[in-house]
Amino acid sequence: MTVSYTSREQIEVYRFNVGAAVGIPLIAVLLQAFIPIYLPVFRVFDLPLLVTIFFAVSRRSPVTGLLAGGAIGLFQDSLAPHNPLGLYGIAKTIVGYAASSLGVKIDVDNPGTRLILTFVFYLLHHTIYFVVARGLVQQQDLQWRWTYMLIAALANAILAIPIFAFLDRFKRRA
Amino acid sequence: MENLLSRHRNLTVLVLVLFVQVVGLAVQVKRPTEGGSARLLRVWAVSAVTPLEKGVVHSRSWFGGVWRNYFDLRNVRKENQGLRDENQRLRLEAVRLAEDASQARRLQALLAFKEQYIEQTLAAQVISTTGSEFSRGIYIDKGTRDGVGVDMPVITPEGIVGKVFRTYPGSSLVLEINDPSSGAGVILDKSRLQGIVKGNAEGETLVQNIMAEEQVEVGERVLTSGGDRIFPKGMPVGVVSSVTRDKRKDMFLTVRVKPAANLNRLEEVLVITRITEKPPEIDNTGPRQRAADIRAERLPQVPPKPPETTAGAKPGTPGAAGAAAGNAVPPTGAPATIVKPPVTATQTPPGSEPKLSTKPPAAATRQTPSASEPKPSTMKPPAQKPPATGPGTPAAVDAAGKPAVKPTVPPATKDKPRP
Repeated sequence: MTVSYTSREQIEVYRFNVGAAVGIPLIAVLLQAFIPIYLPVFRVFDLPLLVTIFFAVSRRSPVTGLLAGGAIGLFQDSLAPHNPLGLYGIAKTIVGYAASSLGVKIDVDNPGTRLILTFVFYLLHHTIYFVVARGLVQQQDLQWRWTYMLIAALANAILAIPIFAFLDRFKRRA
Repeated sequence: MENLLSRHRNLTVLVLVLFVQVVGLAVQVKRPTEGGSARLLRVWAVSAVTPLEKGVVHSRSWFGGVWRNYFDLRNVRKENQGLRDENQRLRLEAVRLAEDASQARRLQALLAFKEQYIEQTLAAQVISTTGSEFSRGIYIDKGTRDGVGVDMPVITPEGIVGKVFRTYPGSSLVLEINDPSSGAGVILDKSRLQGIVKGNAEGETLVQNIMAEEQVEVGERVLTSGGDRIFPKGMPVGVVSSVTRDKRKDMFLTVRVKPAANLNRLEEVLVITRITEKPPEIDNTGPRQRAADIRAERLPQVPPKPPETTAGAKPGTPGAAGAAAGNAVPPTGAPATIVKPPVTATQTPPGSEPKLSTKPPAAATRQTPSASEPKPSTMKPPAQKPPATGPGTPAAVDAAGKPAVKPTVPPATKDKPRP
């Protein structure tokens, strides 16, 4: 499992058509809300986060990444019962920015890289969410659970590999 | 300054976007009411998602229905037998409970006690969850257009689910009882301790506010107390699964509850749209059914003699059905002589399983308004029944065209035909 660095000349920037850019996040949020009805354990996954990371590292544009992350996060917030709008929004904005900034520097098409990236960004995302929820929104019931977080991060990282491979089909060279 | 901003364009945009969201958060925390643009955004998001989810769920249940109705009938016979046995057992239990209930109602009436009755419910299908691992909520396919309102209780036949938290025109968000921000007043069945049931971040259901010195047993049933003015009193919440001392608040217990409703696999729920409060009605009318009578129904019966059709009743007409069943109801104003045949005799072919009425015993013994109060002493066997009424006798027929007087089991009279 290696993280391969690439020179700037090798880096390719991809774009997506409007249908994929709008449809994939929408479907991700939909599935995230729908699948746990029949498969409760699916709550551990965060499909919108995976999509945010995928778009950010593919586009390799920090502004696009953070805006996409912010929009997906706000959409997710609007479905959650007691999340003020912005909790997921802030977390995914930062993840989108960080992922696209990193995508400029490393080869993100490698499955090993994707595994590690997703693992790290999952933890980053939940750390930001936790800090904002506890600090700004005063959700004191929220508890940080290390074991759960590590298992969930690993599960998301493993799921990210086939999902990213599937989403690669929608990429077009810019 | 401009140079600095353009050089760090990405970072500037990030700070700007974060700033806007933090300000938005601060405004929502300061004014937590659902108003203005936040409400609008939620409506847009839910409206975008709901039709797709409804489409998926409804097509899934359609295909599921086709499968169940046409292909998956292999175990029906066995299941039918099992249900018959269960029905028999439940009827016996119902008789016993009806006795207790009538006694309780008499006592409540003495105390001018008002009871809550679920008057109207609305069945709804679960179309999605909230999609957040930090909250426990579900979206249902009924909204304000269907009469759903905020704070309406949501239940399943097994137990309570939660309450309506937000409503939209075509859908509603239900906050489950295992969500950290939910709450419902509960009472422990045996110890009669009262508390509040809430969820935690792990999705567990806990009863709070029970002092550490109290005795709570694992397996004890938890029921709604009615104190929250949302859930009617006495609905099942779950059973106590573990009792420990609260780590943070040492003077309280942490009582974990296994919810009666399977909150992880909800597909259909009932929204209670109307609850009424009224004093209990005491029903002293009609003969009481006894457990022994229900047992007697299981015994083989002698097929009845064909009814004497002197009254002009034609087979197949509602009045005839009532007459043939031996439920001769006199015309209005006629002396009330209610004759009750053995329940299985008229509708069950010889040799087959006796047919049992699914109506609760209290209702089963209630007579039509035109008939006066039947007393056990006035009952006569079918052989001594008076001439049957003509077809379509109003008292004998209900709105659906069925005999209004349900065949009930007479008390063990001496002249009841037995094999």
